[in-house]
Order: sequence, then C-alpha cells, then structure tokens
Amino acid sequence: MTWTLLLQHLANGVALGFVFGLVAIGYTLVYGVVKLVNFAHGDIFMMASFFVYYGIVLFSFPWWFSFVCAIFLTALLGISIEKVAYKPLRDAPRISSLCSAIGMSFLLENFATVVFGGRQKPFYQPQILSKTLDIGGVRIQLVTVVTILVSVAALLFLNYLVYRTRMGLAMRALAHDFDTARLMGINVDRTITFTFAVGSSLAAISAIFWALRYPQIWPFMGVFPGWRAFTAAIIGGIGSIKGAMTGGFLIGMISIMLVAFLPDLAGYRDAFIFMMLVLVLLFKPTGLFGEA
Amino acid sequence: MLEVKDLHVSYGAIKALKGISFRVEKGSIVTLIGSNGAGKTTTLKAICGLVKVKSGQITLDGDDITNKPTNEIVSRKITMVPEGRRIFPNLTVYENLLVGAYQRKDKEGIKQDMEWAFSLFPRLKERINQKGGTLSGGEQQMLAIARALMSRPDLLMLDEPSLGLAPIIVEELFMVIEKIHQEGKTILLIEQNAYAALNIADYGYVLETGQIALHGPGKQLLGNERVKQAYLGG
Repeated sequence: MTWTLLLQHLANGVALGFVFGLVAIGYTLVYGVVKLVNFAHGDIFMMASFFVYYGIVLFSFPWWFSFVCAIFLTALLGISIEKVAYKPLRDAPRISSLCSAIGMSFLLENFATVVFGGRQKPFYQPQILSKTLDIGGVRIQLVTVVTILVSVAALLFLNYLVYRTRMGLAMRALAHDFDTARLMGINVDRTITFTFAVGSSLAAISAIFWALRYPQIWPFMGVFPGWRAFTAAIIGGIGSIKGAMTGGFLIGMISIMLVAFLPDLAGYRDAFIFMMLVLVLLFKPTGLFGEA
Repeated sequence: MLEVKDLHVSYGAIKALKGISFRVEKGSIVTLIGSNGAGKTTTLKAICGLVKVKSGQITLDGDDITNKPTNEIVSRKITMVPEGRRIFPNLTVYENLLVGAYQRKDKEGIKQDMEWAFSLFPRLKERINQKGGTLSGGEQQMLAIARALMSRPDLLMLDEPSLGLAPIIVEELFMVIEKIHQEGKTILLIEQNAYAALNIADYGYVLETGQIALHGPGKQLLGNERVKQAYLGG
C-alpha cells in the first residue's frame, strides 16, 4: 500500500461519506421536525435517479439539465408524499405514520417495478465527469472531486438555511414544540412542506452522485443506501445535522477501506456498519451528537 | 375589542366549556380566574385556534375569528403566552425573541421592540446568547412574555404567568404586566393567583366548571364573599 493509493482511497471514502451524509440529513431533518422516520426516503432517492434517466432517455434533455429537473421533481415527490401519507396522520399515534412510511416505501418500490421495469438500467455517464485527474501521482476521478465540491456547497447552503433564515428558525422552533411554534404565528404546514422539500432535494443530489459512481439503477437500489444512511443518522444522533454528516463519513470510510484493506471481508460490509451502530448506541444511546 | 359569545368546547365526550360569554374592552386588563379544570386555558386556546370551537362565536373588533388558524390569529395581533412558559430551550434568548417576531419583516421595528423588551426585563439582555433552557424559571417566564411582545400584539393573553414562581418574582412580574398595560396593550390574564390578578384587573370573570359563575370589576370581586371563600383563602 503506497501513500498515493491511500490518498486515493481516502478521497473515495470522503466522496462516499458525503453521499451517505446527504441522505442521512434527509432522515435527520424530517425526524427532527416532525419526529417521523421517513422510511420512504431511500425510495425517494431511487426515484430521483429514474427522473434523471427519463429526462435523458425520454425527453433527450442535456444531462446537467436532467439533473436539475430531477432535483426539483424529487422535492415535489417528497412534498406530495408528506401531504398524502403523513399529514393526515399528524395527530394520530406515532406508530400510524410509521406504518404509513413503510407502506409508502413499498408503494414506491412496486410502482417503480411496474412502471419502470425491474431490470437494471444504465445511468448516463457524462464523458467530462469520467475523466481522471492525476495530482502528484494520486489518480482521482473528476466525479469524485465534483461530488465533494457540490456536497460542500449543499452543506454550506443548508447551514445558512437552518441557522440564518426565518424558515430555518421556524424549523428549529417546530422541532421542539408544535403548539408554541403555532402560537408565535409560524405556519406549521408550510414549514413541514419546506422540510420535506429540502430533505428530498438532498436525497436527489446524492442519488445522482451515487448513480455516477455505481451506474446501474433499478427499483430497489435505494434500499441499502437508505438503510446505511438511516444508520448514519442514528450513529450521529438523529435530529442533528452535524451528526448525520459524521455518521455518513464513518460509513463511507468503512465501506471504502474495508474493500481496500480487507477485501476478503468486504462482503460483511453491512455487518461492520451495524456493529458500529450497536457499539455507539451501547456507549451513547442518543448517538454521537444527539440530545437526550 | 374581543367578544366571546356562548362558547362551547368539548374534548371528546368531556364538555370543557359550556357556553361562556365575556368581553375584553380595548385598553383594559381583564382576568379569568378559577380553579384547575374550570376551563381557563381552554378558553385561551379556543381564541387562538389551538382547540376547535364546537359552537359559539369569537369576534375581534366585530370580525368573526372563530376557528381561524393560529397563524392568522397572530397576524390579527392576538398573542398568547402559554402556560408553563414553553420557551424553546434549544434556541438562544435572542432566537426565542426572533421566533416571537416571526410574522414581521420590519427589521427596524423588531430591533426597537427588542430594546423595549430588554428595558422591561434587563436580565434577558445579560443572557441574550444563552440557550433558553439554561434560564431560571422566572427568567423563562420573562422570556415567554418578551417573546410574545415581539409580535407587537394589541391583545396579550397570559396563561398562569405566576405558576411555580417564588412570591417575590410573582410580584415583580405583575408590576411588569401593569407596565405593559400602561404602554397601551390590552391584556387578558388567566390566573389561579386570584388575589394578584384581581388587584390589577379592570374587570374579572370567575370560571367554574366551564361556566361563568360571577363577574364584575376587579376590586369589587376582591370584596365579594364567595370569591373570598373560594379563591382568596377565606
């Protein structure tokens, strides 16, 4: 193992960490505000990649335009799911919306299987992104660099949104107390809609980078990334954005480093991830950055 | 200003309010007193649109505001300080106040009102960057009132502001409430501490099991035998 190779793996780990982190933030935001684990989030991620696919195949959009459209469509999908499946159950016991979320997950997977077909489809690879950069012997794909840059930009924007805007303030108030937030004149429905839109757009961004890295898409492609990202959110402490990102990084790194250093054990990747989850929860039941 | 007519509210099969009526005149302090479960909090929640009104009518300056969504009520300049303070413990004092000003966009006005709030509660200014959850009970109550004032309400509704506070702090608090009133706010105050409330109120209503049992000017109710026995400890 040379230094350059290690740096290469590190870059890949960071990029994958961002991908998991952005999905994890979707779980954490929604949970933080409405206290719901959105089990359909992984499938929203899957739908995003199909939006890109059909934008290019059906409408012959240029790839970048298809990416942008997919992000908007995915935000709309997230909003609609909230309206249809979660909003009517907002005052019901929490187990009801949990069931509804699981149902929504199956619905999206089956819908995709019926409408898009169950076979794997190739995800478009823009030539420019598959170029390889050579930085002092370290060979990094351009897509890895772009993944990192775009994710950092998305995170900075999210940070601004949550900590510097009125809507972010409303989200943080709502996270703590619905009724009092209402009494302060906050429009609860609109704030929740916004939260789902943000979470789903982040899922779309990470779905695009995921599909650029693993260029086969199919209706169940969201299941494992979804579970891993959910695990990341729990490890970091659900409700905490910083935690979701940290959890994402840990999982991204484990995934890459396991393949790099212990290729024989790579098949046990998910076992390692869940073992880490158990360990973290044993010592800190609220997760790394979670509040009691 | 505010008029409540024959208000009925039920929680499932339990009738919390059985037709209460009262008025709050502009510029006055009106208090609703009564024991636990008499329906005081329910009344305020109904005005704010937090619980559904079954029948009856709530009007503000002649406009029907019955069962309107809460954010609309707030935009009509009615703000409630909820029971138990309910400040946002994860937000700083400053951010708590900003949430209070959520519907406003006039930066200058917000700044002015914040200064006003700090002049009423100087201790909040010292703690401006502290998380709300780290404040003492009295400070939290001050923050809850200051936060409500940030929406620049015409009618301020206070639900049990004295609950769980030391007598000396309660005294301080009631002085500030009078001061807020003197600066032109109409106040609807709910209290179990009937003595303190009736003392500053222009008019009082006594609520018993969802109905108005008695009403009259504050000072007059203080002298009323029945009120004395039931709420003022003989």
